Amino acid sequence: MPYLRLAGLAVIALLAAIAADQGHDLAYRVHGALVMLVAGGLFLWELRRAEEVRPVVDISGYMDGPIRAGVIATAFWGVAGFLVGVFIALQLAFPALNFDWSQGYANFGRLRPLHTSAVIFAFGGNALIATSFYVVQRTSAARLWGGNSAWFVFWGYQLFIVLAATGYLLGATQSKEYAEPEWYVDIWLTIVWLVYLAVFLGTIVKRRQPHIYVANWFFLAFIVTVALLHVVNNISIPVSILGSKSVQVFSGVQDAMTQWWYGHNAVGFFLTAGFLGMMYYFVPKQANRPIYSYKLSIIHFWALIFLYIWAGPHHLHYTALPDWASTLGMVFSIMLWMPSWGGMINGLMTLEGAWDKIRTDPIIRMFVASLAFYGMATFEGPMMSIRAVNSLSHYTDWTIGHVHSGALGWNGLITFGCLYFLTPRLWGRARMYSISAINWHFWLATIGIVLYAASMWVSGIMEGLMWREVDAQGFLVNSFADTVAAKFPMYVVRAAGGGLYLTGALVMVWNMWMTIRAAPAREGAPDTAIPAE
Amino acid sequence: MNDTYSIMRHFADSWALLVLFLFFVGAILWAWRPGSRPLHDDAAHSIFSPEAERLLPAAASGRTCDGTRRNKAE
Repeated sequence: MPYLRLAGLAVIALLAAIAADQGHDLAYRVHGALVMLVAGGLFLWELRRAEEVRPVVDISGYMDGPIRAGVIATAFWGVAGFLVGVFIALQLAFPALNFDWSQGYANFGRLRPLHTSAVIFAFGGNALIATSFYVVQRTSAARLWGGNSAWFVFWGYQLFIVLAATGYLLGATQSKEYAEPEWYVDIWLTIVWLVYLAVFLGTIVKRRQPHIYVANWFFLAFIVTVALLHVVNNISIPVSILGSKSVQVFSGVQDAMTQWWYGHNAVGFFLTAGFLGMMYYFVPKQANRPIYSYKLSIIHFWALIFLYIWAGPHHLHYTALPDWASTLGMVFSIMLWMPSWGGMINGLMTLEGAWDKIRTDPIIRMFVASLAFYGMATFEGPMMSIRAVNSLSHYTDWTIGHVHSGALGWNGLITFGCLYFLTPRLWGRARMYSISAINWHFWLATIGIVLYAASMWVSGIMEGLMWREVDAQGFLVNSFADTVAAKFPMYVVRAAGGGLYLTGALVMVWNMWMTIRAAPAREGAPDTAIPAE
Repeated sequence: MNDTYSIMRHFADSWALLVLFLFFVGAILWAWRPGSRPLHDDAAHSIFSPEAERLLPAAASGRTCDGTRRNKAE
């Protein structure tokens, strides 16, 4: 078996070397070299331990190795993604930061998809993989299925991130928002994702707990739907097997509809269903009381699943898409308000009778703020999907503000809460190194989000009003450049808010580092609640 | 009415819509069925079982491998 692996790695390294040599474009050749180095490195690693006697792996407990790696990767990619975000925010405020020497590599257009993919797929994706592996084991009372497959999922996903990110900088993109990676990166992600699905499902199948806890339903819906969305939206034909360029099979309005069916469900199932899986496990655990209503969680699940999948067309108001389709998307978006708020209420009311924990436990405070932002973003979203509102908000900064109150508020804060929950437990520590640093993180992040969202509301609505302003003769009053000039102060405030959010994440990384490296190991049985002060 | 698009479209906004809607209503009614409360309470509390912290051997957990409980009182 080791020799089969060695042969396989050698073939991959050879093919990648040919790709690096013969590739038609820079991104493809760099990726060839990268895959060659990875396969070559693995080959040497396998070779050196081929004759070694392998230590017997202890399989009596939960498999936490990939989760520890995932927690570190989440923090790392989070900081990287936030840093790029702050930089591109500054680029918009101060265009001189699009340096001449970096044109074509580090200008706004190249860095923007790097930022979105880094925060959504690298930060959010690693958080989802790590927490889903943690939760599915604990709620199933079963070790992860498939042995080292979980490690393949972790490292395979990191390779996907690196291929996607370097591709953007070098210009390999199929120019579909949130689905920019080119065909071979898509194929690799599909392989990794199917293994992820197998590990998750395998663990559920061999569970010893009679119930499939509701968090696993959300995680499973997230994994299955993302697989479906990814494959359908990336049906493309490569121009050459030796180049990164590919051509979409759908064209025109069909392609746009497929893209936004994907795009909105990436929000619905990646950033909502998956993170609700986190919410349904970590909020009750941290509060040390069961979820407010398990019935409501089931209804929440089915309503979310049935409604979200139809909401995509609201991204295509006033386009070539037929009116009935965008009306359908709008109506389903408005109906989504009900399950969204049902879920928020379910999470918040879990604290019924323990509201004092918001004051004493900064991790609970983070979860509560996260749910509050979930509620606000899922109220704002349906409102913006109404055609009349959309005619003002579309293409303005209002959309950016909406996305960030969801992403920074809901996804970011709940992930930070989960990292603070997981770090002491995974490394056998009594608690986080510094509780007051969690407090600092909470306030830095919250003030950062408020600055971000408020400046983008002002900027977005101002932009929308300026664009539609006409004089008595019916001529447009403002040129596009007028709106750009008027937005400058708001762009500075936005960058400042992002800077605060990044600072908070750096405080968290320091705190995690000190917890893992320096804090005394905890003794005896793990306790379920972390004392706050 | 005979091109593929029209046939699919007609199917989508009639039978497919009805089946999906009935499944949705059925899922909600199933959650509300009589006798579901003890099961739901049990599931809601399952994350606080000893196994939620560390994996216990099958014999010690009071559960058999097929997921059924040996001892309801446990």
